[in-house]
Amino acid sequence: MDTAPLIVFDKVWKTYGQGEAEVRALAGIDLAIGQGEFVAIMGPSGSGKSTAMNIVGCLDTPTSGRYGFMGTDAGRLDRNRRAVLRNLYIGFVFQGYNLLPRTTAAENVELPLIYRGVAAHERRALAMKALAEVGLEGREHHTPAELSGGQQQRVAIARAIVTRPTLLVADEPTGNLDTARSHEIMQLLTSLNQDAGLTIVMVTHEADIAAYAGRTIAFRDGHIASDTKKREAA
Amino acid sequence: MIWETVRLALRSVRRNALRSFLTLLGIVIGVAAVIAMLTIGSGTTEKVKADISQLGSNLLIVRAGRPAAPGSGPQQTIRQFGDKEVAALTAHLEGVRAVSPASQKQVRVVFGTESLTSSITGTDNAYLDARDWKVASGRSFSESEVRGGVNVCLIGETVRQQFFGSGDPDGAAIRIGRVSCKVIGLLEPKGYSGFGQDQDNVVLMPLQAFQRRIAGNRDIDNIYVAADDATPTQVVQTRIEDIMRDVRRVTADREDDFAVRDMTQIADAMASATATMTGMLGAVAGVSLLVGGIGIMNIMLVSVTERTREIGIRLAIGAHEKHILIQFLVEATVLSLLGGLIGIAIGLALAGAASLALSIPFAPSLAVVLLAVGFSALIGMVFGFFPALRGARLDPIEALRHE
Ligand SMILES: Nc1ncnc2c1ncn2[C@@H]1O[C@H](COP(=O)(O)OP(=O)(O)OP(=O)(O)O)[C@@H](O)[C@H]1O
Ligand SMILES: [Mg+2]
Repeated sequence: MDTAPLIVFDKVWKTYGQGEAEVRALAGIDLAIGQGEFVAIMGPSGSGKSTAMNIVGCLDTPTSGRYGFMGTDAGRLDRNRRAVLRNLYIGFVFQGYNLLPRTTAAENVELPLIYRGVAAHERRALAMKALAEVGLEGREHHTPAELSGGQQQRVAIARAIVTRPTLLVADEPTGNLDTARSHEIMQLLTSLNQDAGLTIVMVTHEADIAAYAGRTIAFRDGHIASDTKKREAA
Repeated sequence: MIWETVRLALRSVRRNALRSFLTLLGIVIGVAAVIAMLTIGSGTTEKVKADISQLGSNLLIVRAGRPAAPGSGPQQTIRQFGDKEVAALTAHLEGVRAVSPASQKQVRVVFGTESLTSSITGTDNAYLDARDWKVASGRSFSESEVRGGVNVCLIGETVRQQFFGSGDPDGAAIRIGRVSCKVIGLLEPKGYSGFGQDQDNVVLMPLQAFQRRIAGNRDIDNIYVAADDATPTQVVQTRIEDIMRDVRRVTADREDDFAVRDMTQIADAMASATATMTGMLGAVAGVSLLVGGIGIMNIMLVSVTERTREIGIRLAIGAHEKHILIQFLVEATVLSLLGGLIGIAIGLALAGAASLALSIPFAPSLAVVLLAVGFSALIGMVFGFFPALRGARLDPIEALRHE
């Protein structure tokens, strides 16, 4: 079934500063990502990957050009409307986990449901289920300080998927993890993509991590340098 | 949702227990002052009312000097009362139960190694009648003691306890200033008056003895008159004024040089003094509540800054501005409400202690307590609003990058 792409960049520019000090983080990006894709974004430091991710995740808006998300002109929505979009359709995973300190894993995972107005007992049940999906049964009442890096990132993934989002935005999700832990996280993301049909856009610096994705986009100086799809052969 | 937010706020207050408590001191002190003040104030009012009804509202006090408005300055020359005023009132005043002269002075009283500053009143037996005081043991003055100005005295319960404990003071010789005086009777205890006076720290002696040996003059400070039950005090007051004008030769074109006051007037004067004091304490409380509010604003700004990253996470996850606003507003409100509750507890405790010490009734008012609760919540909301708005307006990307 052929539907309109989930994500559309149409000549997207993002500049910071003015005049001499102007920095072009994104310089006219055109891009389309379909529902169910698993995309890795690579490129040197400062090439605009995080800037693009912030726009994809509706945290930020383009300076010029159009950003379409799920058929809406998301780049023109005010911050509260974008907050609703994020809450309903987008999950985030960050390099630094970004869990609330001194707050249990279950409570962290419940957080996005609170802003949806889900009742407490239902929230708890959904959080437990999401934690089970990322393999953290029995750790529900641990605080981040009592969990390893890999476990904390699993909590973050559980928090991202507990709302059953359409899109998962992950900026260097394995950046703080060792190789073994990184591959475990990538297997988890791959299964979320394949089994649940979750669209994933992920930034990484490592080729073997990017290899889990079906499509790799390379950024350079705010432009797209290459965009390659993996053969569906292996 | 709101319950969730309150729980979150309580948790955050508990996490920074010491800091929260210090922040709250302003609110605590302000609310405690207001509560203590109002509770003691209404206790005093009740006590004054009770005293007046107990005195029988039929007591009138005549004193020398212009009938000045309460609180006005001292008068230059006062023509004191002498025997002739008392004699005239005793002879011509109708519809009264008792007429009694009374002069007073605070004097140091000594017995053995103990001493005590007491209110010494020179008077006669009619004073006991007028004020409705009773002799608990011993006897009142005899006719000849009053006429001859003999050094005998009746003492109040406080004086007895100071010198004799629970023993019998009868026949003991106490020293009043430089005069030795034989105790002939003990007055029934009356407790504190509504004005905070110990009515048992008194010594009564015959007027002449007082004038000659204590005061050193023949002045009479007050004349106490008790109207009988059949005659309204208004009527007696008019009669007193007529007689006094006649005796003191106050012609119609001149102002009275004496004043007749009944207990309600005295209570009114007292109430206006209390109102002044309440106003001053109220100002102190107001300032400390303002300081408390600023303290809350300050700590909330600190809290918002410390938790910038948390705010970033919440915003990224889909919180509205209003969610963040409410979260911090509730936190500020919970904080100042907590201060208010502690303040109320301390204020009531202070008022309770004061009512024990001054033996006035403990009269807490639910309305006042609820008002204090509401007011402290309001302070939290008002002073918490700006910091909360600041948190809500944060840019999620900037906030997430914050260390
Ligand atoms: N808030 C900002 N203000 C000014 N310049 C910014 C801001 N955010 C990003 N930039 C600039 O935009 C460019 C792109 O930054 P971006 O964070 O997207 O890079 P990146 O590809 O994610 O790099 P890295 O791999 O190091 O994370 C950089 O030159 C950066 O300095
Ligand atoms: Mg980056």
